[in-house]
Amino acid sequence: MARFVLKTNINGEEREFLADERDSLLDALRERAGLMGAKEGCNNGNCGACAVVLDGRLVNSCCVMAAEVDNSEITTIEGLAEPDSLHPLQETFLENAALQCGICTPGFLMSAKALLDSNPNPTEHEIRWWLAGNLCRCTGYDKIIRAVQDAAERINS
Amino acid sequence: MVTTKKNADAIGTNGYRLIGTRPIRPDGTDKVTGRAAYAADTQMEGLLFARLLRSPHGHAKIKSIDASQALALDGVEAVLTAADFPGIEMSGNDRNGRPADNQWLQDNILASDKVLYHGHAVAAVAAKDPHIAEDALTLINVDYEVLTPVTDVREAMLDDAPILHPGMRTNVQASDVETDTERETNIAMHMRLERGDIKSGFDSADVVIEREFETSWYHQGYIEPHSATAFWNRDGKLTIWNSSQGPFVVRDATAKLLDIPIADITLIPQEIGGGFGGKIPMYLEPISALLSRKTGKPVRITMTREAVFQATGPTSATYNRIKIGAMRDGTIVAADAYLAYAAGAYPGSPVGAGVQCAFGPYYIENQRIDGYDVVTNGPKSAAYRAPGAPASEFAVEATINELSESLGIDSVELRLKNAIKEGNPNAAGVPMPRIGAEEVMEAVKNHPHYTSELQGDDVGRGVGFGFWHNAGLESGSTATINSDGSVSLIVGSVDIGGTRASLAMQLAETMGLSYEDIKPRVADTDSVPFTHVTGGSRTTFAGGWVAYELGIELREKMRERAANIWEVDLDEVEYSDDATITSKPDNEGNEREFTFVGLASKMASTGGQISATVSLNKTSQGAAYGGHIVDVHVDRDTGKVEILRYTAVQDVGTAIHPSYVEGQIQGGVAQGAGMALTEEYFYDDEGLLKNASFLDYRMPTTLDLPMIETEIVEVPNPGHPFGVRGVGEVPIVPPMPTIQQAVYDAIGIRLYDMPMSPRVVLEELLNEG
Amino acid sequence: MQTVTYQRASTVNEAIALLSDGGENARVLAGGTDIIVQARERARTVDSFVDIKHIPELMTFNYNTSDGLSVGAATPVYLLYNDNDIQTHYPALVEAITVIGGTAIQGRASLGGNLCNSSPAGDSLTSMMALGAIANIAGPNGERDVAVSEFFTGPGRNILDLGEFVVAISFATPPANSGAAWQRFIPRNEMDIAVVNCGSYVQLDGEIVTDARIALGAVAATPIMVPAAAEALIGRQITDETISAAAEASYEAATPIADMRGSVKQRKHLSKVLTQRTLDIAVERARG
Repeated sequence: MARFVLKTNINGEEREFLADERDSLLDALRERAGLMGAKEGCNNGNCGACAVVLDGRLVNSCCVMAAEVDNSEITTIEGLAEPDSLHPLQETFLENAALQCGICTPGFLMSAKALLDSNPNPTEHEIRWWLAGNLCRCTGYDKIIRAVQDAAERINS
Repeated sequence: MVTTKKNADAIGTNGYRLIGTRPIRPDGTDKVTGRAAYAADTQMEGLLFARLLRSPHGHAKIKSIDASQALALDGVEAVLTAADFPGIEMSGNDRNGRPADNQWLQDNILASDKVLYHGHAVAAVAAKDPHIAEDALTLINVDYEVLTPVTDVREAMLDDAPILHPGMRTNVQASDVETDTERETNIAMHMRLERGDIKSGFDSADVVIEREFETSWYHQGYIEPHSATAFWNRDGKLTIWNSSQGPFVVRDATAKLLDIPIADITLIPQEIGGGFGGKIPMYLEPISALLSRKTGKPVRITMTREAVFQATGPTSATYNRIKIGAMRDGTIVAADAYLAYAAGAYPGSPVGAGVQCAFGPYYIENQRIDGYDVVTNGPKSAAYRAPGAPASEFAVEATINELSESLGIDSVELRLKNAIKEGNPNAAGVPMPRIGAEEVMEAVKNHPHYTSELQGDDVGRGVGFGFWHNAGLESGSTATINSDGSVSLIVGSVDIGGTRASLAMQLAETMGLSYEDIKPRVADTDSVPFTHVTGGSRTTFAGGWVAYELGIELREKMRERAANIWEVDLDEVEYSDDATITSKPDNEGNEREFTFVGLASKMASTGGQISATVSLNKTSQGAAYGGHIVDVHVDRDTGKVEILRYTAVQDVGTAIHPSYVEGQIQGGVAQGAGMALTEEYFYDDEGLLKNASFLDYRMPTTLDLPMIETEIVEVPNPGHPFGVRGVGEVPIVPPMPTIQQAVYDAIGIRLYDMPMSPRVVLEELLNEG
Repeated sequence: MQTVTYQRASTVNEAIALLSDGGENARVLAGGTDIIVQARERARTVDSFVDIKHIPELMTFNYNTSDGLSVGAATPVYLLYNDNDIQTHYPALVEAITVIGGTAIQGRASLGGNLCNSSPAGDSLTSMMALGAIANIAGPNGERDVAVSEFFTGPGRNILDLGEFVVAISFATPPANSGAAWQRFIPRNEMDIAVVNCGSYVQLDGEIVTDARIALGAVAATPIMVPAAAEALIGRQITDETISAAAEASYEAATPIADMRGSVKQRKHLSKVLTQRTLDIAVERARG
């Protein structure tokens, strides 16, 4: 085992911890840093449950090596809410019942946030295209799409 | 039946105060902030990581396993094979007195003498680090004698098929059948349901349609892989944290296989990332437990996605033959069904429910249904949303759609003519209570989608119906009134899709409290009575019954307490629907009235806290029906089917939380659409699964579905205090026939094998020239 | 994943040295969306990753009307499809790179990575081939340029020698009256490997085709050019018949295997359909 010290900024906080050279960013977040919000659904980039924002860009953390993110800035689901309030997407997901089992929810929220950050007023098709890499097996997506539409409206108003 | 109506302006059109409203789920904030703890998130000091070695063959004998090199690897703490199981008496009965073969249960967890499918687990390694555990797997040498596999259900039924279980004979659950019970076979079971006289029925028919159908293996496709952590301490006490639809069932099975008392196991169910039936079976818990006993440390196993596809889940691939005879006026006079379901490696396909549900939406006087449970080289089939029903009902619905064309009768009218009604016998001969089959069919007929005009080239519309009988089974809960008037509700059912909300709502409704007053929580197996699986669309039904009974009991206890305080007879105390407790004024004319909070605050000094525990096994579940309408476009140059519009109508009895009712329906439609169009298992000739990934097992994405319209029909179940029937299963049933009919309407080609992948549709189009 | 080391290169020469020293199991790490998964699933032997994303020129792209477009090999594709110049001048490239994985994959995936993964079905490959793109390669023996259409030698294999890696991909400025388009067929509407993909390029003089390139993916061991399809067009008037003839040439040129992703019959037919569909769009674009 080759361990190294990973220095990185997670959700605004400077962190330093040991990781393994074989760890993905997802492995490091979960097993080394104790941030369990990003989920492992497939470990090969096909479900989006592990999505995080890395240096301003949405990525699947299972397809990033931990060693790559030294001195990076990472935002995970744990960093989405404000200390005293939820992000509008979190609110609209709850109000729309846009989650059932909830395992895909962190990935959807991070993806949807990245969408609204870059396109505050997306059409239904743009939402569907952007979220196509996030699989949900419970909802049929209907309520998720509506929650993103509602959040966009709330943010823009 | 007590209805808890309050002042008129607070009551919804359904007559309830809370039921039918859409409050935020209690576990919601944890789930949108990444704080909810799922099984794979279990962390504790000294945790070891286990990985499983799986068979690279579809069918083979295990000659030897040599793990010495793996054990020698630095960081490896233990290796486990089937030889490490304690060796128990393998025959016995399950909780309901039915025979259970524990050898099969154990062999499916870790193979002993044979591997029966690609991905069958043969050994496990626990190590300090997951990467080391993975390295160790490459150091285990298994010597196999490779055998010929049989993955197709009809091939497995042939006389000369490779035999999976030497010595297996067919268990015949029918009289007057010619099934050979002497020969060694893969046909584990043959059952038959019959009533009337199908011969005279068919003889009298003006039109008879007979067709053959096949459906693929389909995986439940939950996004969370199975995971279980176990810690077996030196006092023999075993604690398990897992992802399961049935914590009590897994606890009991673990106790059985490990030969320890049930009371020595505490199973702490974690949040569960989807199941759809696939998280009812037990795969990992005994392995984690035995590795923990060997190492003295907690051990976590999380499956890879590949293993989830190879070794868990799928619902049976099927071959079905349907024959239906009808009179010119549309009366169906006879129906015959032959259903062969691939069970996978061990017996236990859902063919029984396939048989029960096949003709579910209809009353047919003369009918016969034969069902076969057939073992094949593949993962042991597991329950999957309305287990067994989609395949048999697809075959029946598709045949009825053809019948409607031959008779020249609108397909919804044809169904209405034959719809099952209150008093008609179900497949088992039991008269139906009040049901909503006709209401659903009428709602489809009158739906603006159905009456709209379809426009464009190569577009088509389909309609299809579905039935599921729903389930009761055991449920238990405890409710405790706190001194501030809030109520803690401890339930045994794990919550996959919002049941904490639906159960809290039913308790609040019963007690006249607000939704926010109830604090629901899913408990471990030490804390509440045995509760059966979250599945079969039973939780809101059976758990709701329990919540209602709890509410009634707590109301009674509050009355008793007030009577004691006031020193009056119990029958002089009233508990009103706004949760105030009153009696007539005392001798000095003082009002005798407690608010709920007021009385709750006095509990400690007047006899102690009030709580109740209820455990029920209700069998009054209500049958449920759904009808779907779809518009599709077919690209004639590529064979691709695009869903343009989808509407799902369903009788849910009473919708407790309509958002989650709609969500269940929409989710079921999405899974059914996957079955119809893109999902399938690819086994090669060696029995190897070629598409064990989300990339190649093609579940619908956001871009593959439109918004899914729902129309909720409410015909209350007379067997439930709030009329609940159960929602989740029915909506997966109609999509296959509905979409199949729409494809036919669009391009004039009927496809009898699911899925209707673009390859299949294109090749049919090319064959037609 | 087997034991692996991670090294960062900050210059092209440093990367060449690390790759040369590392031997054949040293792998370039660009976006990592293929190689990390392959290493984890032990589908490729990797004992060291050489991260090239800290070489500045590998992470940028330039377009001007005289030199055309040059894309640093590790530049994430989302930067490309969000660029106005690329949208305007290379729509066929945008069509291909907006469907590689989901958006979270596009945040990392790169043209260089897609090229070096050398999948017969790689989505950007047939687009680059139709556009006549050139791979700029650096290695221990200096630099060389190889047409993308000459780059592949088999499934997952290519012409790169030990120590070599792709630095950039160059695209000529599209000539006047030219147009290109790219499409793929997949069973779902996203998140699939192409059953067939196709890039088409035409240049017109009035209604006469003066140049054409047709590339097909997932119908052979590597992505292929279809010279016969180009020949069916060049020098001829653009009509439904000439386009059909080109599409028939694609049908004939496709020599696919049957696997779980598609049958031979399906893939050959789709080769024809996609050639026709992409040509229709390419011609429309060429006409302006």
